[in-house]
Amino acid sequence: MSTPAAAPPDLRRRICAVVMGASAGGIEALEVLLPALPADTGAAVLIVLHLRRERSSLLTEIFSPLCVLPVSEAQDKEPVRAGRVYFAPPDYHLLVDRGPQLALSVDEPVHFSRPSIDVLFESAADIYGPALLGIILSGANDDGSAGLAAVRRAGGLTVVQQPDSAAVPYMVRAALRGGAAELVLTLPEIAALLGSLHAPDPVDDNVA
Amino acid sequence: MLETSDIELQLLVDAIYYRYRFDFRAYAPASLKRRLTIAMIHLGCQTLSQVQDLVLRDPETFTTLLDYLTVQVSEMFRDPSYYRVLRERVAPLLRTYPSLRIWVAGCSTGEEVYSLAILLREEGLLERTLIYATDINAQALQRAEAGIYDVARIAGFSENYVRAGGRSSLSDYYVAAFDRAVFDKSLRRQVVFADHSLATDSVFAEVQLISCRNVLIYFNRELQDHALGLFREALVLRGFLGLGSKESLRFSAHAQAFEEIVPHERVFQKRGNA
Repeated sequence: MSTPAAAPPDLRRRICAVVMGASAGGIEALEVLLPALPADTGAAVLIVLHLRRERSSLLTEIFSPLCVLPVSEAQDKEPVRAGRVYFAPPDYHLLVDRGPQLALSVDEPVHFSRPSIDVLFESAADIYGPALLGIILSGANDDGSAGLAAVRRAGGLTVVQQPDSAAVPYMVRAALRGGAAELVLTLPEIAALLGSLHAPDPVDDNVA
Repeated sequence: MLETSDIELQLLVDAIYYRYRFDFRAYAPASLKRRLTIAMIHLGCQTLSQVQDLVLRDPETFTTLLDYLTVQVSEMFRDPSYYRVLRERVAPLLRTYPSLRIWVAGCSTGEEVYSLAILLREEGLLERTLIYATDINAQALQRAEAGIYDVARIAGFSENYVRAGGRSSLSDYYVAAFDRAVFDKSLRRQVVFADHSLATDSVFAEVQLISCRNVLIYFNRELQDHALGLFREALVLRGFLGLGSKESLRFSAHAQAFEEIVPHERVFQKRGNA
């Protein structure tokens, strides 16, 4: 798989939101990926990371110092804005609703997980369609593969971390078995893809 | 242009409203759609239009659907720090009233009601309190009134109870029988369980405390504001409003009417001039 050093302008213009899902080994993966997001990122970044309840509230503290972009815990009814990173809060599902705005729920756990990657990905696929990039990273359960399939069905771009490069490959293998992955990339390759998601500039519009 | 599935969603909630007078029209669409999709699969339907057809003609199907739309499985003393704030900051002020009325709005299967009743008993307040426990789902209300929970959930409840500052042991309040924990009837002697909709009904009493946790997140912003307006009207001046740990008044038209008494714990007090 070749490294997507710079996304083509049509991808840059196309992607309005990135959803990422991970569990075990996810923090280490995100420590590589999130710092790669440029200051002028043209997409909103929404993340579900499974952690035990008491730990996950620390996510913004861990990642804020590593990122150029503002990092926060998602709030219910908050408008989604490009160039921001949102984490699902502990023990709540995170969804994207019309607006687009963020929505939370305490519905039943999915794959024993709340927040669930499937819930985020499916709701975001509904809102963003082809303008969504979905990424499944290191993890230890089946959550995420149904969500990634929903992203693909809606015309979004789907990426799965290469199993050999994942600390815990169970989740990415499950996603690959689901057959919805368009690209299978190493962490540095995913970082390069994210690094290329600059907001489209007027020059691109003239070219198009 | 609306997607077909969005059109179907809208038509289905309209049909439910016209046929059964349950109003989901102002619920937040993402969660509503997710719940309806799960119900659709359970009902063996391929589309929400098929669900609509069934629901219009068969009240039993509607009862099933209502559970998917409304039942929240909560925990006793969920978010222990919330109950700690009620105990340490709110109860001392409630004690100054000769009689108390408390409203648990959207009580579902009752976990929150029993948590509050236990807290009030330990603070010596239960005997002078009337708790209104309301929900739109009659079956959930029945389960709440029964006060019987799966014994497998009790360990989690007990852990929460201790962290919430419980003064004895949770086992003082229930009897375990086979796989069930049956909560002490005397806890609900002061509780009135009643059918009430935050979307379509009005205020029925003046109260000193309202606890409404993880209900407003399912409403759109307009319905949230409507419900908060009801709460504002029902509360006495300086009365208390407790919300879920991720619910805020920040985006609400009623934000100015309340102040948060402990940052991040989502316990608000109605201002003296509101």
